[in-house]
Formats: sequence, C-alpha cells, structure tokens
Amino acid sequence: MKEEKLSGKTRVLPVIVLIIIVALWVLISWLQLFPESEFPSPQSVVQGFGEEIRAGRLFDDLVASLFRVTLGFALAVVLGIPVGLILGDRARARRALLPTVNFFRNLSPLAWIPFAILWFGIGDRPAIFLIFMTSFFPIVLATIAAVASIPAVFFRVAENYGYRGAELLTQVTLPAIAPQVITALRITAGLAWVVVVAAEMIAGRDGLGFAIWDSRNGLRLDLLVVNMIAIGFIGVVIDRLLLQLTKLPNLRWGYER
Amino acid sequence: MKDKPLSLESVSRTFGATEVLRDFSLNIVLGEFVAIVGPSGCGKTTLLHLLAGFDKPSSGRVIIKGRVRMVYQQDGLFPWRTVAENIQMGLRHVRDKTERERELKELLALIRLEGFEDNYPHQLSGGMKQRVELARALAGDTDTLLLDEPFSALDYLTRLRLRRELARMLKERPRTVVLVTHDIEEAAQLADRVIVLSDRPARIRCELQLAAERPRDPTHPEVIDAMHQILTVLGLEHDARESEVFSL
Ligand SMILES: Nc1ncnc2c1ncn2[C@@H]1O[C@H](COP(=O)(O)OP(=O)(O)OP(=O)(O)O)[C@@H](O)[C@H]1O
Ligand SMILES: [Mg+2]
Repeated sequence: MKEEKLSGKTRVLPVIVLIIIVALWVLISWLQLFPESEFPSPQSVVQGFGEEIRAGRLFDDLVASLFRVTLGFALAVVLGIPVGLILGDRARARRALLPTVNFFRNLSPLAWIPFAILWFGIGDRPAIFLIFMTSFFPIVLATIAAVASIPAVFFRVAENYGYRGAELLTQVTLPAIAPQVITALRITAGLAWVVVVAAEMIAGRDGLGFAIWDSRNGLRLDLLVVNMIAIGFIGVVIDRLLLQLTKLPNLRWGYER
Repeated sequence: MKDKPLSLESVSRTFGATEVLRDFSLNIVLGEFVAIVGPSGCGKTTLLHLLAGFDKPSSGRVIIKGRVRMVYQQDGLFPWRTVAENIQMGLRHVRDKTERERELKELLALIRLEGFEDNYPHQLSGGMKQRVELARALAGDTDTLLLDEPFSALDYLTRLRLRRELARMLKERPRTVVLVTHDIEEAAQLADRVIVLSDRPARIRCELQLAAERPRDPTHPEVIDAMHQILTVLGLEHDARESEVFSL
C-alpha cells in the first residue's frame, strides 16, 4: 500500500459523491416517481432520526448490537488464534482438522440460526453464538496460513539468539504473524457486523437488526432507512478503528512492499 | 583442542535420495577466516547448517565449541524490531544494562549507523541492513560467525565497501569466520584459507592458503594470484601456470 499524497481536491471527492447521491434522492422523491410508502423521502428520514434519538432507541439498539459483536468476536479471537497457532505448528493435527475447519468456514453462519434459537432462546446469547460461528473459523484459517508463511530463517535466528518456549512465541511467532492476522481480523469483523443484523432480525428483541425488522413490520420505511444508515456507518467506523492497528510502527513492515 | 572450534569428521548428509555430503572432513582453527566457494546446489548451506547445529549429519561427527551465529542475506533481521532492537538481540546474555547500552553504541559506531537506531529494517538500504546483520552477530562475545552469501544481494561497489568494513570489524573484534560465497574475489580478499568444492556430493577440490595480513585490497598480488588459481581449477582460465596448481 503506497501512501499517495492526496491533494485537497481529491480529498473532497468522496464528499461530492455523497452530496450527489443525496441530491438524487431528494430529486427522485420530489418528482414523486415512487409512492412515499415504497420510497421514503429525505425529510421523513431526518425526522425519523430525531424521533429515534429522542426516544433513545437508536442508541440502545446500537449498544445492543455492538455488545454482541464485540463479545462474539472477542471470543473467536481469544480461541481462534491459539487454535490456529497449534494447528499451524503441528502437521498431523492440521491434516486431521483442516477439512472440518474448512467445512464450517464455508457453511453460512446464518444456517445456524434455527439451532441458535433452539439452544439459546432469544436475545444476546444466540447472536453472540452466531457471531462466534462467523468469526472463529476464518480466524483459525488465517492464523494457520500466517504461521505457515513465517520464513524458516526467523526460527534459525531465534535459535542462535536463544529464544525458546514462551519467548519464542511472544518475541518471534506472534510478531511475525501479526500483520496477516490483523488483515484477517478486519475482514472477519466486517462479516460479523453483517451477520449480527441478520441474527437480530430473527433472534432478537432489540439491536439494529431487530430495529430493521420492526420498522418493516410497522411499515415505517423512514425508520428502516435510519437504521440502514446507522448500520453502514458503524460498519465503516469498526473497519477504520481496526485499520488504525496497521499504523503501528512495528507492524508497518507487513504492509509496505 | 581449544584451537579447533569447529570440525567435521567424515560427515555424510543425505536428503532422501540426494547425497549432499559424503565422508566430508574439515577442521577450522581458532581465529581463522575460511571461505568456501563451490557450484550452486553443491551443499554449502547444508555445510553451514551442520556447523551451526541447525542440522544433524546422517553419519559422522560435528564438533562445535563456543557461541556460533549465522549471518544471512539481510532477511535474517526481524522486521518488527528496530535497528537497535535487532542488535540488542545479540546482547541478550549481557547482564548489566549500562554495559549493554555501551555495547550498542559501540556497535552502531562500528557499522556507522549512528542516528538510524530507531529505523526499521524496511526503511534501510540493502547495504545498511547487511551491516546491522553483522553488528548483531558480532555483538557480545560470539566465537564464530557463519556467513551464507552475505553480500550477494548487493551491487558491486557496495559489496567492495562491505568487504572492507567486515575486515575492519574483524580487526577490532577478531572471530573465527566461515564465509560461503559465489564471489571468488571476495573469498580471496577476505580469507586465510579458500576451499573450492566440487559438484554434489561435495568434495574439497582444492584448498589455498593466503599468508598476506588482513585486511587486504582486492588488487593485492596474493589475492590476484589466488583468484587466478581458483579460476584455473574451475576450468575458467587456461594458461601455462595450470600445472602449478595444487589440486586434490
Ligand atoms: N531440507 C532439505 N530437504 C531436501 N533436500 C535438501 C534440503 N536442503 C538441501 N537440500 C538439497 O541439498 C542440496 C544442497 O543444498 P544447499 O542449499 O546446501 O546448496 P548450496 O551449495 O548452498 O547452493 P546455493 O549456492 O545455490 O545456495 C540441494 O540439491 C538441495 O536440493
Ligand atoms: Mg546456499
């Protein structure tokens, strides 16, 4: 990734695109090409935002969704990275388990929704379970791949300079895989955010996903759009936050070529 | 026995059906600089890995005394560590903190990279990285350096410069050195003894001693003469002196 020097002009380009989209929206709804019941107007959405914020619902839903994603994702990271490290290190265990891991990696986590409800009911727990199922397998696979791609020379150097056991793990293996694993975490966090919405639509009583479903049932398309905007915006924020990790000076080597 | 830090006694090493070393013996004396040249794939890296203890012989004996460190073609630096942190790896066994800091300063001066201690390897040129590799290996009280084609990724002038610097550093911090290289001039300029290997399984094709004191210039008469002899053994030079060559 080469850091280009952005001129002031290119910096405002995304803002211009956004303004054009909103302008088109305003134009279409002003021309009344579609009925208001199918195509909410910008004014109604702005009012909807005010309504949702004043009632505190938007904030509550947001906190509920973020809580579930954070917990499910954290659980997947805490378990997935060690499992990936072990499998990356042991050829026999890897050969035995890799097909299974791949199977679950390619099974849409949404297929688990019925079981999630049966086993965990409604609320936080099924959503956390689904987020975990979404994140765990990709994190394991990415960690295995990252471990496998550590150059053998690093381990020889480590041996020469007396790194063994826990120190080998914290001073050599983990820093060597960090850039690749962080890239995988960014992608996986995006997936998790997509899945929490689906999980809450079916197995939730609150959260942004439930709010989408609830707005649709109440035929409040303005609120539907309010929640869509919130979901997209938070997704971008999560990715930006994780992107900050790649700016750490001792990780830059993994992103510059 | 102390004067033989490294020796191979009729060592064989095979990888499956590939016989890389067969009944290979080599003694290296304390403080000696041995250069090993030979065709690609003949087993030079395998030899160094045996001397470093990374690899075990299929048969025979490898004797290693003291602290041995290997130097690579720049890619042995840990990219997540700064120049200073990489060099400090070589000082891990030094107990005293002020002593470690003094050593680090001295090593940075030795490789002329003062002011770059907080840079990461990817922010350095190839020649600078190679100097950091050397400093890390020289740090503390290493006994032996094993260098596997350390300068081969560099351009010719940088290579010449680094050869001089290596010779100068070894003058200040004498070590036993085994250098593997494809560069015959490099071998002749730096080493006390040049060993030319045959194709796989590697045999010693010829061995030359150079008496001139190190550091020497690449155009020193003895260096030129050694190069001539090596090239003749390799069949790359033909003239009357061929018959004088001491060949095994
Ligand atoms: N771990 C290994 N497994 C199988 N074969 C190996 C292994 N290591 C080396 N070999 C084989 O041993 C032979 C010698 O390899 P080595 O790396 O020692 O050669 P080299 O002299 O260092 O070559 P170069 O000059 O190209 O670096 C090669 O034919 C190689 O294929
Ligand atoms: Mg080699």
